Amino acid sequence: VSLARFDEARRVAIFGGTHGNEMSGVTLVNLWVKNGSEIQRKMVDTKPFITNPRAVEKCTRYVDTDLNRAFTPENLSALGEGDLPYEVQRAQEINRIFGPKGSPEAYDVIFDLHNTTSNMGCTLILESSKDYFNLQMMNYIKVTDIRLKSLLKASIQLVECCFTSVNIVLCDWFIAGLEVGPQPQGVLRSNIFEAMRVILKHALDFIELFNEGVEFPTCTVEVFRVLERIDYPRDANGNIIAMVHPNLQDGDWEPLNPGDPMFLTFDGKTLHYQGSGTIYPTFINEAAYYEKQQAFVTTRRETLVASAIRKA
Amino acid sequence: MLQCYIYIAVCGGTHGNELSGVYLVRELLKAKDIVMEEEREEPASVLMVLANPRAMQQCRRYVDTDLNRCFTHATLNGPISDSAPYEMTRSRELNAMLGPKGSPGAVDLVCDLHNTTANMGLCLIAYSDCDWICLHIFKHLQLSLACWIICDACLLKNTFSVAMEIGPQPHGVVRSNIYTAMKDGVQHMLDWVRLFNSGTIFEAGFVDVFTIVKNIDYPRDSETHNITATIHPQLQDRDFLLLHPDDALFQTFSGETLRYKGNEPLYPFFVNECAYYEKGIALGFGKHSETDVNYILFCC
Repeated sequence: VSLARFDEARRVAIFGGTHGNEMSGVTLVNLWVKNGSEIQRKMVDTKPFITNPRAVEKCTRYVDTDLNRAFTPENLSALGEGDLPYEVQRAQEINRIFGPKGSPEAYDVIFDLHNTTSNMGCTLILESSKDYFNLQMMNYIKVTDIRLKSLLKASIQLVECCFTSVNIVLCDWFIAGLEVGPQPQGVLRSNIFEAMRVILKHALDFIELFNEGVEFPTCTVEVFRVLERIDYPRDANGNIIAMVHPNLQDGDWEPLNPGDPMFLTFDGKTLHYQGSGTIYPTFINEAAYYEKQQAFVTTRRETLVASAIRKA
Repeated sequence: MLQCYIYIAVCGGTHGNELSGVYLVRELLKAKDIVMEEEREEPASVLMVLANPRAMQQCRRYVDTDLNRCFTHATLNGPISDSAPYEMTRSRELNAMLGPKGSPGAVDLVCDLHNTTANMGLCLIAYSDCDWICLHIFKHLQLSLACWIICDACLLKNTFSVAMEIGPQPHGVVRSNIYTAMKDGVQHMLDWVRLFNSGTIFEAGFVDVFTIVKNIDYPRDSETHNITATIHPQLQDRDFLLLHPDDALFQTFSGETLRYKGNEPLYPFFVNECAYYEKGIALGFGKHSETDVNYILFCC
């Protein structure tokens, strides 16, 4: 496809607090709910929204279940109202307000703001390699702001991951997950906060330009495609017996070669990466993933061609 | 100064999401099981404890209330109901296990392992400035490890106790470099105990100490009480580096710099510790001094 045409992005939502202890998004959305002038753009209706207010109030990831995994068709059609887990009720509420997919009221673009304890810099999470709109947005941001040229990464997630499931059921178009780290849960770091704010500024500028009819010529974008999850080594009782090795810690997006140190047991033994080829690890030592049996994920580096895009 | 035989307790998991201490004590308990299995004779000079198992299981700081604030005389000795917060019941159990100060079989010192999201490196926190066992331990550690010592006379404790605080580490995460630093710190401390118990004499001397002067809170919105600024990027991660009057302190969300308005330079620490947002503390300030360890210490 040499030129892809899309309708205008009229309605844009910015979600914060999907995980209540990921403070950059919580803080930005609260700020913009109070005073939204910074996120206003011509002919765009931008709505900042706290998706999980109870988790935000308790400064915890979730109350009953992870909201980011709650957007399944089964959950969205479940009956029971107040008896349902809190986050399932929230998913239904969010679907009513911002979706459902295919309806004229559905939002066009949703940004879902997250933080990670991993040293991932700023990562835009895409759902597929055909996500031309988001790929063009990535490219626009990197070209516009040189500081973000190497800091901003794009990652294509596994099919069953959170953002994909939200996209399938909720949003007509584009849901862009934005993950910025490293930041401890419950903490607000000024540099991380500013980075997220700047990226959203550029993203909204891009949408405004697109809506004005600007054509964005074809471009190439480097992406990291997620391959598999690697768990911590565990004993027979399921307890973790090793930590991410100091050589790998903070090494997100750097090549991990077969034979490189991967884990360090508590008594000082090094375990090495046994894969068959070089991979690019990410989400290294994310706090929330200990319970999801994930020490890091492996990715493959790819160069994608995004076709030119223009308003229909 | 005479002391007969020091018995020390090492506690991990007082806060269930401060993982270096959780994993370290688990490992030390495992190693101890192996020693006991092999029936090696060793005088019991160390007791290992996982302080807050329920919080550890949920990977949270606490279940009902902060365990670290449940060791005052009032909390330990006051009346207790069936519906008491979990940590209040637990603090009494721990107190019984470790023994109130002065009672037979009681531990002489509790070393409580903690992590912080602040960039504090290895830090030892004593709860009085005349605790001569602690001061000698600090002197020993300062010889071979880079570490800071804070005296916080505000927290009343029922026994000699020192906190070993290491950061930066996010809560809910174990970083191998932080774990290793804690393992080294604890090892040095246990070495000191072993040396003392086998008759080594420890001379008087000096230790570099920071004494807490005050804590300050974030600027907050008067209605919502939400914070309206972050730690300024020029202060973030600069724990224990002298802060002068007029240096940058906070950055508001609208980009304005708020400056330190005190009239004397002070040392900041616990800069941007996650758990202190709810306690209304953005950072603490301390003064530096050389404290006289003026007792010569030996075992009888």
